[in-house]
Amino acid sequence: MERIDVLKTYKLFIGGAFPRSESGRVYAVKDFKGKHLANTCQASRKDLRDAVVSARSAFPGWSGATAYNRGQILYRMAEILEGRTDQFIAEISALEGANPKAAALQVEESIDLLIWYAGWSDKISALDGSTNSVSGPFYNFTIPEPIGVVAVFAAAKPSLLNLVGAMASVITSGNTAVMVASEKFPLPAISFAECMATSDLPAGVVNILTGVSSELAPWAASHMDIDAIDAAGLSPKVLKEAQIAGVGNLKRIKTPPNIKSPKRILDFMESKTVWHPIGI
Amino acid sequence: MNPFEYAPALESTSIVTIKDRYGLFINGKFVAPKSGKYFPTINPSTEKKLSEIALASTADVDLAVKAARVAYAKVWSKMPAAERGKYLFRIARILQERSREFAVLETLDNGKPIRESRDTDIPLAAAHFFYHAGWADKLQYSGNGSGPKPYGVVGQIIPWNFPMLMLAWKIAPALATGNTVVLKPAETTSLTALLFAEICQQAGLPNGVINIITGEGATGAELVNHPGIDKVAFTGSTEVGKLIATSIAGSKKAATLELGGKAANIIYDDAAIDEAVEGIVNGIFFNQGHVCCAGSRLLVQESIQDEVLTKLKERMALIRLGNPLDKNTDIGAINSAAQLAKIKELSAAGDAEGAERWSPACNIPADGYWFPPTIFTGVSQTHRIAREEIFGPVLSILTFRTPQEAVEKANNTPYGLSAGIWTEKGSKILWTASKLRAGVIWANTFNKFDPASPFGGYKESGWGREGGKHGLSAYLKASN
Repeated sequence: MERIDVLKTYKLFIGGAFPRSESGRVYAVKDFKGKHLANTCQASRKDLRDAVVSARSAFPGWSGATAYNRGQILYRMAEILEGRTDQFIAEISALEGANPKAAALQVEESIDLLIWYAGWSDKISALDGSTNSVSGPFYNFTIPEPIGVVAVFAAAKPSLLNLVGAMASVITSGNTAVMVASEKFPLPAISFAECMATSDLPAGVVNILTGVSSELAPWAASHMDIDAIDAAGLSPKVLKEAQIAGVGNLKRIKTPPNIKSPKRILDFMESKTVWHPIGI
Repeated sequence: MNPFEYAPALESTSIVTIKDRYGLFINGKFVAPKSGKYFPTINPSTEKKLSEIALASTADVDLAVKAARVAYAKVWSKMPAAERGKYLFRIARILQERSREFAVLETLDNGKPIRESRDTDIPLAAAHFFYHAGWADKLQYSGNGSGPKPYGVVGQIIPWNFPMLMLAWKIAPALATGNTVVLKPAETTSLTALLFAEICQQAGLPNGVINIITGEGATGAELVNHPGIDKVAFTGSTEVGKLIATSIAGSKKAATLELGGKAANIIYDDAAIDEAVEGIVNGIFFNQGHVCCAGSRLLVQESIQDEVLTKLKERMALIRLGNPLDKNTDIGAINSAAQLAKIKELSAAGDAEGAERWSPACNIPADGYWFPPTIFTGVSQTHRIAREEIFGPVLSILTFRTPQEAVEKANNTPYGLSAGIWTEKGSKILWTASKLRAGVIWANTFNKFDPASPFGGYKESGWGREGGKHGLSAYLKASN
């Protein structure tokens, strides 16, 4: 008799744990042919708020860690992902309809992108920081700092690459993230959460929700403890609603065009300038 | 009379000629507004009318934006970058040549002391043009890729607290990066912007590259909402900044917003107290406290509060309030009746909520708008005077026991523009600076500005930076 597969229950990733949605809601995820693959959680407003609490709590520790440490943890994620390549190839093939070769390529690119962003953690301030020649006896420098809690609405395809790139670009500088996976292709995001959970990433630095982006986006936009939004995965209509709702705390809402760019890191940083007199 | 009393030292106003009436500066010429309407501008230290100024209507805004568009498409975007830079150098030099004239006019129109307009506002404005002139042909080295592009036509709205300096902060980077400009000065302080239009003519700047339209808030809204604007740059209140952010939602318009602040000025017990007291005074009483980055919340370590307070009161007793044209004046006039009413209202809230008010003896002139240098002690974090931007010479004093508490209180505000730190211990400066969520940190100094130094806020103090390499990027679309 053929062995019956043990199927995975896909849950949310909040504060380092894998809870179900408090709402009890799930939605069916189908493969590219329309066949049922799994039920995944449809995160609620309460789930989003819980994720923000986790991300905010994790911010002082993560932004205060050394850049070297953050880089090593991102690199560690790449190591873990490398070891689980087959699982992601299977998920991507089923969901996106990519052939195994293209799916494998996406996983490889995702691993390489993780390493690329890992290396930026201790270099981004050398790229964007400056010492400024002011007219007077002052030492004056500008450094980029993490902005805080960033909500990420990841673009759909290629689903793993977009999720991993957005996540890594946001947290390499010290931000913490609340990520909303692509509504249509959520499964690799939750499987990737399993990689993060085993990469020495402190709990709450990255939280992953699955659900309906257009439902979650206005709540994220009006949340006063979210500092910025990566809106790459939002439609123009939802983006506009988010921009209006985000005015409450003048949220920085960005749609970075390129998944691999230092500009993407800087989109979610703030510049701090410090003055001190020079004298004896 | 006290033999050590200062004799009056009035700056002459003969260097300035103020016209009876000013039109709008559109496409290189002064033109009458289509609205046919004008409004008065007054000297806030005397309440006397200085001139009357055109009120730009929808049709006028449209003409200005179209002039800027034509200048962008036909002239400015095609000009070699080095040549563009030369115009900015010219403007900087003419502004230096005519600096006294600008300083006197600024003081007449704004009410700020001549010492500040002469030594700070106008020299810094010229420096901004000179600094950005040098960037014009080096944009590929600004960290925005090998071929960064301008946005096109930029709509700029500036406040009344540093009229000429804010004009320079806005126009210099916009032009250096190849954009053309429609600028609206604040309704109470338009005169130096209109005098600046003469500099544009003297510099031979191509018509339409800079257009200056005067008017009220409604004029500013027309400018922001005009479909021909590619980018909005605004300095002003957080309230108006949020209106602008709402109105451009869903559009392709980019925006930089320099908004309000409620800066903490932290005095540790190991600070050089006399220097810190000077820093407190400079932090809150510079420019009558009409400064978005003013050190309006003093956080003093509890163990030294008596000493600091005693010395601060002694120092405040020496502050000279009065005629802004007097070269010895420290505090000039409040810019408008409306602003004076706001300062009075918030100060009354301080009294009502239980804080204790103190001001030195001060001769308040009979005419004009004035408010004495004022401190409130016994302020708690929930008081309105600890939370809201007063934008006047009013300091709220709070205390703390540990550095952690100082940082927590400093960050306990929706704003994040600036902060001050006073301690003789280097590691404590850097620790505190790294914890403060603010865009500009002054350590053992305060209220310093420079064109090479980026300025701008975290949180609800705005979007983007002005000045330095970072400010330049706000006017460029990056390339790969």
